[in-house]
Amino acid sequence: MPKTVALAGNPNSGKTTLFNALTGANHHAANWPGVTVERKEGQFRCGSDVYTVVDLPGIYSLGAFSEDELVARDYILSGEPDVVVNVIDATNVERNLYLTTQLLEMGANVVVALNMVDEAESLAMSLDAQALSKRLGVPVVPTVASKRQGIDQLMAAAVRAAADPSVKRKLDLSYGQSVDAKVTQLEKLLKDRDLVYPPRWVAVKLLEGDGQVLKMVEERLTSQDVEELRRVCEEAAAENSDLQLEIVDGRYRFIQKVTRGAVARPKKEVPTLTDRLDKVLTHRFWGLPLFAVIIFAVFQLTFVIGQDLLGGLVGEGVGLLGEYIDGLLARANASELLRSYVADGLIGGVGVVLEFIPLIVILYTLMGLLEDSGYMARAAYVMDNTMRKVGLQGKTFIPLIVAFGCNVPGVMATRTLENKKDRMTAILINPFMSCGAKLPIYLAFIAAFFPKYGALVLFSLYVLGVLVALAMGKLFGRTLFKGESSHFIMELPPYRMPTLRNVVRNMWDNVSSFLVRAGTVIFVVVSLLWVLAVLPAGVEPYGSESILGRVGAVIAPIFAPAGFGTWQASVGLFAGVAAKEAVVATLGMVYAGVEEGVELVSALQKAFTPLSAFAFLVMTLLYTPCVATLATIKKETGSAKWAFFSAGYAFAVGWLGAVLVFQLGRLFGLS
Amino acid sequence: MSYLPLINLRTGEHAKVAHIAAGRAATKRLYEMGFNTGAEVVVIKNDTGPVIVGLFGHKVALGRGLAEKMLVSKK
Repeated sequence: MPKTVALAGNPNSGKTTLFNALTGANHHAANWPGVTVERKEGQFRCGSDVYTVVDLPGIYSLGAFSEDELVARDYILSGEPDVVVNVIDATNVERNLYLTTQLLEMGANVVVALNMVDEAESLAMSLDAQALSKRLGVPVVPTVASKRQGIDQLMAAAVRAAADPSVKRKLDLSYGQSVDAKVTQLEKLLKDRDLVYPPRWVAVKLLEGDGQVLKMVEERLTSQDVEELRRVCEEAAAENSDLQLEIVDGRYRFIQKVTRGAVARPKKEVPTLTDRLDKVLTHRFWGLPLFAVIIFAVFQLTFVIGQDLLGGLVGEGVGLLGEYIDGLLARANASELLRSYVADGLIGGVGVVLEFIPLIVILYTLMGLLEDSGYMARAAYVMDNTMRKVGLQGKTFIPLIVAFGCNVPGVMATRTLENKKDRMTAILINPFMSCGAKLPIYLAFIAAFFPKYGALVLFSLYVLGVLVALAMGKLFGRTLFKGESSHFIMELPPYRMPTLRNVVRNMWDNVSSFLVRAGTVIFVVVSLLWVLAVLPAGVEPYGSESILGRVGAVIAPIFAPAGFGTWQASVGLFAGVAAKEAVVATLGMVYAGVEEGVELVSALQKAFTPLSAFAFLVMTLLYTPCVATLATIKKETGSAKWAFFSAGYAFAVGWLGAVLVFQLGRLFGLS
Repeated sequence: MSYLPLINLRTGEHAKVAHIAAGRAATKRLYEMGFNTGAEVVVIKNDTGPVIVGLFGHKVALGRGLAEKMLVSKK
């Protein structure tokens, strides 16, 4: 049975960097059961032994207030990890030790990694790891995870600790006389009960008002005992003006004792590169425009390299592959049906997904670079003011940026929002941010109707998307998700050179997750589209007699007020629910029997007017997101009802938008 | 020694945290980030938007609402 090493530490402490350095390609990410918290697990080899390494979420403490904390805490208390490697940022030891203190209170088997000592050195800090180790009672090993320094010594210490848990140190720190007395009282009551957790720890948690621990105690003890415990806690609360603060202070007093003389900073504060960069990047005037420039650059790179260049190449490759296979099938005298299925259904479906991969790769890589460098925190910072005006907050904007590339990672990025209102709102307004797959649709119509005004049309669509997203955000804040956005509390980590390994790993994890989830859904649904387009047997594929065509004819009247009440347009929109990437090809097939090119443009020009075309684009921008996004919404919200809601209300908003555009345009004499 | 809200401090001023009068969750979060009683902070940016303070050599941005509820004593 391989031993297990758990990694725990603050966000930005380099924990993930350490995880990546320890584990090779053999790692995988899943979810902790029942929650949308990511669990990363990998293997580490030390000589001939193999250890399982579990990366816990970055947390500041082990309370019961957030899913991240509970997951980490439960895992450590479960006894499964044989040793906990606590990663500490050497440039911020005092704050990082708060978590360490709690780990020691819990009686965990801890080994401390004093990480980023190179940065501490560049700040002219002096650190005495030995003194820290002596005072904490656990091994403290200096490391620089990003450069793989100190890792061998760290793991050697971890292996030793895992092998001999009896050596682990029990920390009994003082929270002040009055509180200590109460802790002892509670401890007596809890002694010799079947509690699973150390009684003293349970005592302190009860005084802290920890809901989880209280529940556990109520389940395991008699109601008499629970009454007794409650009485003691109430006495304690009455005697101390702020019981919680007393306990926190107790921990910080301990930390001060530990760090006195062992951690020293130079008297003079020298402005660092981070300070100089932040003067500009968080500047009251320049912060926002610079942010816009950076984001614009990200999108240019994503769309030009990812979508146009590489996506185009992939598209051509898929096309060639399709032709080649079609040729093989023709020579083998395969039926028309089979050839059509393979060409349009299978390869069409797969092609749709594959063509999108380069965009996703570049998007995730760039986002990863921004995150790893520490800039993302500044992005949330500069957006906070604007977001507050619509009842949201700065951190909510980050998932919206990601959504510009693709809504699936956009929805997933909402995990960083702890506050329920913020998170749900961010998920529901996500689809209004025009995703990359919609771009070809805009471009096709621009080529047909607005060849000279392409940039203007594109820009107005994107801006409209943002405006609607913010307006809906405000509306949700007044109706469905009343309540305050959480206060802005965010650490601004020092700017760091992104670690390539981190960025690539992260990108790869996300891309494979996208491929698996979105990819299979898109493929299945696009293939289904093909089936609907060619049945019943004998009809003209993608014709008005096919099932798809009939469905389109039934839906079509709804769009009459918007100017495009044709069965072909409805079919196009219907296809867009499967995957936005499928709309252009489907429109091509139903209007022109071809997938793209000049014939599509002229067919569009015959079927739409400039006004109805723009209305159609507004509909495309705002309506129901693709099934991959809907599936992601279901997963992230934990219930299908929000996915259905999203599908429905987005359709309504899109329809309203399109109708408004068309009717108002008619009023003004356009057509 | 008088207490004043953090938000009243100007850029460059140093202070010690005295008392936090925010809601339970926010207060807890602030404690965990290092803003306990006696912690030394320095104001790095306080014009518009969240206030940026330096704490143990690191930077934390606090919404203005919170900065109003954090009472400090000037050094």
